[in-house]
Amino acid sequence: MSAAQPGALARPAARPRAGAAPRAGAARALLPRIGLGLYLLFLLVPIYWLVNMSLKTNFEISGGMTLWPQNPTLENYRRIFTDSSWYGGYINSLTYVLLNMAISLAVALPAAYAFSRYRFLGDKHLFFWLLSNRMAPPAVFALPFFQLYSAVGLFDTPWAVALAHCVFNVPLAVWILEGFMSGVPREIDEMAAIDGWSFPAFFVRIFMPLVAGGIGVAAFFCFMFSWVELLLARTLTTVNAKPIVATMTRTVSAAGMDWGLLAAAGVLTILPGIVVIWFVRNHIARGFALGRV
Amino acid sequence: MAKPRDDRAWVLVLPVLLLVAFSALIPMMTVVNYSVQDSFGNNQFFWNGTGWFRELLDPATELGGRFFDALWRTLLFSALCLLIEIPLGIAVALTLPRRGWGVAVSLVVLALPLLIPWNVVGTIWQVFARRDIGLLGAAVNGLGIDYNYAQDPLAAWVTVVAMDVWHWTSLVVLLCYAGLRAIPDAYYQAAKVDGAGAWAVFRAIQLPKLRRVLTIAVLLRFMDSFMIYTEPFVVTGGGPGNATTFLSIDLVKLALGQFDLGKAAAMSIVYNLIILTVCWVFFATTTRGQSEAVQGTAQGAGR
Repeated sequence: MSAAQPGALARPAARPRAGAAPRAGAARALLPRIGLGLYLLFLLVPIYWLVNMSLKTNFEISGGMTLWPQNPTLENYRRIFTDSSWYGGYINSLTYVLLNMAISLAVALPAAYAFSRYRFLGDKHLFFWLLSNRMAPPAVFALPFFQLYSAVGLFDTPWAVALAHCVFNVPLAVWILEGFMSGVPREIDEMAAIDGWSFPAFFVRIFMPLVAGGIGVAAFFCFMFSWVELLLARTLTTVNAKPIVATMTRTVSAAGMDWGLLAAAGVLTILPGIVVIWFVRNHIARGFALGRV
Repeated sequence: MAKPRDDRAWVLVLPVLLLVAFSALIPMMTVVNYSVQDSFGNNQFFWNGTGWFRELLDPATELGGRFFDALWRTLLFSALCLLIEIPLGIAVALTLPRRGWGVAVSLVVLALPLLIPWNVVGTIWQVFARRDIGLLGAAVNGLGIDYNYAQDPLAAWVTVVAMDVWHWTSLVVLLCYAGLRAIPDAYYQAAKVDGAGAWAVFRAIQLPKLRRVLTIAVLLRFMDSFMIYTEPFVVTGGGPGNATTFLSIDLVKLALGQFDLGKAAAMSIVYNLIILTVCWVFFATTTRGQSEAVQGTAQGAGR
């Protein structure tokens, strides 16, 4: 797909690069397109290799190089969907990711509003302190989290992972939402107050729809960072809440690595990401700039 | 522009404060607590004062030597990642189409690596770069270059850096792309009237306008590459030898592998302080120069 892109992309791009004469411009415009195509190819090839392997038998994988499966098989996927320790991992992962998203947004929304609308005692310090948690390596937290969540009886539950991931997701959500909320003029708040709206009603019925884009972006980032994290998720769970990413670390059996199964599990962990990207594809660029271009 | 002062806003911040206090402050206090104590098992702890810190910051000791080795490795890794990813990210962002169906396709492909769980990223590259079953490993060896990341430190480094470039350059691209999209067409038209070439446009218009998003990009990329754990752990496990043992890999070994609580805690604190200091200094210096840069841009565009 992406190999065909350079030529196809050349047409819409010819306009903004102003200045060059038409004929020389065509050649000069083509070169960056080819570069872009090659770069996108570089991004796709490792993923293609994973998909390719997931459709092979282990015999074929270790037998030699084949660029596509000679006898395509869905056996690896069948094993994942019929073994509860595998598909249970997906359910566990999705549970704590969604929990984390809900908690992070619920606490970050009012806080971001406060930061975007008011000055208050210690606001700047608080804001930087919140962000500084985003800079704490998860490795630092692994051991104390283990002890803390064991002590309060949350160990090996989705809640433990969901709360632990709040350390980096809540500051990020506050930061993103603050950026989007600052773009909404304050006159709207004042007008609503004059019209007799109570603050909670105003916030939910008027203000939140105005920053819906920002909420979507924040939710996207919470999902993303919670879904991709392994260290804390693995440290805080053993059996009942074990996430899929941790299950994947045990595909070494007596017969050696089960590469096909590992590849199939990997492909399945990419799918939620693709679904999420598809939903936000039109806001992706602004979203990644965290609303502050 | 001035925001009204109202200390009742604290009520709105309270939930965040309580939550982060529970999930960050309590663990952090635990770490500080351990860092000044020594344990001989059996949950018996002894006061050790600044002993661990002195040992950690003295390269002559075993702990200190190990710490500084890992620190230099991590700094080198972060530097390499920034040096490759930031220019490459800007370059790719400049070549992205601004309209048409290519936009959505390119953006979706670009965002794809960012949403893959980090250990799966590790798995992908572990497999992809293997010389027996991986496309990359087999291809490179087919070219006559002896490449085996499990045994050769240089090959391990190349693999880990290539993986990070693959994984994270897209973040820089997407940030820069958003920044470029925000530049009004009038700027380009003014440059066209002045007969500015592509390089002049980049220097005078695009780069200054990207300052804000580039600040975010450099900060995020520094933090995350300096904290990297999962991906190199899956691919190389910190080896061969200790060649790719970065700070966080070493820390997890110390804390969860050897249960050396005091040493691990002291290392955690120093590690975290390094990130905070670098980020704060970078943030302070870039935002201080920002007002001047904006003026410079306005003049440059007006000329």
